[in-house]
Amino acid sequence: MANKTNINVLWDKIFKVSGLIVTLLGLVVLAVLLIDIFSEGFSRLSWDFITHYPSRHPERAGILSSLVGTIWVMAITAALAIPIGVMAAIYLEEYAKKSWLTNLIEINIANLAGVPSVIYGLLGLGVFVNFLALERSIIAGGATLALLALPIIIMSTREALRAVPPSIREASLALGASRWQTVSTMVLPAAIPGILTGVILSLSRAIGETAPLIVVGALTYIPFLPESPITGEFPFISLAGLKDPFSVLPIQIFNWVSRPQHGFIVNAAAAIIVLLTITFMMNAVAVWLRHKYQKKIRW
Amino acid sequence: MHKGFQRGKERVIEGALFLCALLSIFTTVGIIAVLIFETADFFGEVSIFEFLTDTEWTPLFANKHFGIMPLFAGTFLTTFIAMLVALPVGLVSAIYLSEYATPRVRNVIKPMLEVLAGIPTVVYGFFALLFVTPLLQSLIPSLSGFNALSPGIVMGIMIIPIISSLSEDAMHSVPMSLREGALALGSTKLQTSIKVIFPAALSGISASCIIGISRAVGETMIVAIAAGLQPRLTLNPLVPIETVTAYIVQVSLGDTPWGTIEYKTIFAVGMSLFVVTFMLNLVSFWLKKRFWQAYE
Amino acid sequence: MKTAFKIKDVNGYYGESHALKDVNFEIGAKTVTAIIGPSGCGKSTFIRCLNRMNDLVPSFRLTGEMLHNGTDIYQKGRDIIEIRRKIGMVFQKPNPFPKSIYENVAYGLRIHGIKNKSTLDDVVEKSLKKAALWKDVKDRLKESALMLSGGQQQRLCIARAIATEPEVILFDEPCSALDPISTSKIEDLFSELKNEYTVIIVTHSMQQAARVSDFTGFFMMGELIEFDETKKIFTTPSNKLTEDYITGRFG
Repeated sequence: MANKTNINVLWDKIFKVSGLIVTLLGLVVLAVLLIDIFSEGFSRLSWDFITHYPSRHPERAGILSSLVGTIWVMAITAALAIPIGVMAAIYLEEYAKKSWLTNLIEINIANLAGVPSVIYGLLGLGVFVNFLALERSIIAGGATLALLALPIIIMSTREALRAVPPSIREASLALGASRWQTVSTMVLPAAIPGILTGVILSLSRAIGETAPLIVVGALTYIPFLPESPITGEFPFISLAGLKDPFSVLPIQIFNWVSRPQHGFIVNAAAAIIVLLTITFMMNAVAVWLRHKYQKKIRW
Repeated sequence: MHKGFQRGKERVIEGALFLCALLSIFTTVGIIAVLIFETADFFGEVSIFEFLTDTEWTPLFANKHFGIMPLFAGTFLTTFIAMLVALPVGLVSAIYLSEYATPRVRNVIKPMLEVLAGIPTVVYGFFALLFVTPLLQSLIPSLSGFNALSPGIVMGIMIIPIISSLSEDAMHSVPMSLREGALALGSTKLQTSIKVIFPAALSGISASCIIGISRAVGETMIVAIAAGLQPRLTLNPLVPIETVTAYIVQVSLGDTPWGTIEYKTIFAVGMSLFVVTFMLNLVSFWLKKRFWQAYE
Repeated sequence: MKTAFKIKDVNGYYGESHALKDVNFEIGAKTVTAIIGPSGCGKSTFIRCLNRMNDLVPSFRLTGEMLHNGTDIYQKGRDIIEIRRKIGMVFQKPNPFPKSIYENVAYGLRIHGIKNKSTLDDVVEKSLKKAALWKDVKDRLKESALMLSGGQQQRLCIARAIATEPEVILFDEPCSALDPISTSKIEDLFSELKNEYTVIIVTHSMQQAARVSDFTGFFMMGELIEFDETKKIFTTPSNKLTEDYITGRFG
């Protein structure tokens, strides 16, 4: 009996150590991955690499067009997904009464979050590229990624809204404020840090998405930039660039990875460093926001 | 006058908010409509019977065969390998984080694990093809440059944080009283975790595992880069294969014209993928709901 | 004495559970009325009906009439916003907005479209004075309201309610989260407030009801057992249940 107890205690100790080791395994892989990529690509990083178009010669190739493409696509994605996602979340959290329809919407959003991203590519291909005849353009790609980001934005925004104590809503309504006045002047401002955190995280996911944009028809070789949004003539803003074909950073990486020459592998690693820097920076901002406002707002 | 205007404004705003919420339904309807529409076209030319039973998939060749089985074999193989990695590691770290780790350790490790889940999959593809495969080749000389093993393992690593974090949430929400009861009987933490907490949280843990499987089935870039593009009905992890998702990417990258039978295959294939992941998600949703109902 | 509220055959339900049963009585204007009773007796439900805050509870349903100045609050097509502006409310726990002290008091005016700075300044000062908070905060109006103590926060909530110039102010156990000193400061306010407003207080403290109110209603299990002058309720109640309750035999 005593012997058995000792063995159990021993197992407990073994698990305590091995559990930590197993948990740290993922982090070790993360470190190896980063070291591998940095040792491969860091020396290739230069201003030229960022300002050159892709080329058949690896040492002359750069990421200019795909980086600009990524910025364009993300701008469209953000412009569509943030307002729609936040508004949908406000409806579900602040307005919706329990009914079969709101129930269906909720299950549906949870389910959409689990649909593989490549399927969103097929949706974009069918609806934006062909049905709406937007061609294989920046707007089609951005709209596709917006649909992909929506469920996550809606879910994180709802969580942020739910964290605002109900007493604030009651106080505002009791003063004769309308629903919308209460939401826009009280609930939203209090929830904004949380909403921003979720939005930034979801966009940092979208920036790395490759498969749906390949399906929508982003190109792997683009030797030019979309038409500039700023023009010399009135009204100085042009959206013509939205209809241009495009590439994005992850697709450029994919293209380089699939080439046999070692020079392109180095380019891929260097482009990955750029991509990871962008996503990590976005993540850092999100974490910082969450941390800052968690401390500041005490109810 | 002003009041009526105010009330009208409220109505308009509520309507606009409702439309935004409704958009999610349109998205699902859109996905299903596009898939059904194109797939129906496809099945006008290829019989469902051939699609489900033929053992070859060669729509891009002159001698066309349309059997989906080789693609699903590839998906099954990579998913299976991924789960072999992700399940034990994810569950052990979930137990560790939920039952053993101090809050401080948990607060440091969890966000770092989430970084793993936030890395773009194309980066994992690079890692699988150019680091893990050569490493494995030095251990298994017969391993070919494209194979199911390496992307499977890397995919597993990517899924670890999903399983560990969701399972930890489930175990964490098991009432303290159960834990205290077991510990008071003289069980060790490990016994409590395995014999009491784990079974109590089982439906929540299963839900997280199924989400992990669904994620592996739908994962595209890792396998498109590192598993090869050769549909093959095999369970050998050492040779090049092609998954359902990788096939869609392969066709999209080529210059197959819209409207041809080759092109329509990606929708038929996409439909199959959607059905499988949809069912996995539903089961996971149902399990999760059952779990939270039990503990709220 | 003018009648502020006339409650006629009111029944309230949360889903299946019957929370208010055939409540009938009248509340006089510019008086302090206390509602007492054991917890779960429906007193909070009752007061939250008076400005339709219970509309926020999806399962809540009400029958009967609640007349304020002669018209039914629950009449179809009544503007809820207008009702809540006229019938202000102060809650159990102080719930200041996470904004400055000034903005808390000015909020009710701003949402009704008043932007004029000097009007706002005026009302803020007047309201804070009426809530006996002006001296404490006049030099730090721009500071966050969350920096105030619990008692000060509750007085700020009273000032906030006063600022929209209501006719009635409802208090839902306003002192339950406060210390005795803060409580006595708020109790002192009631006798001044009733010069201008109809004051209705839900309280779990019989002493408080006895100290501050002119009339008292006793609720039990959703029914209004007795309603009368406070003096009479606490000295010679006509109902045995009331007597048992105030002498502490239960509750």
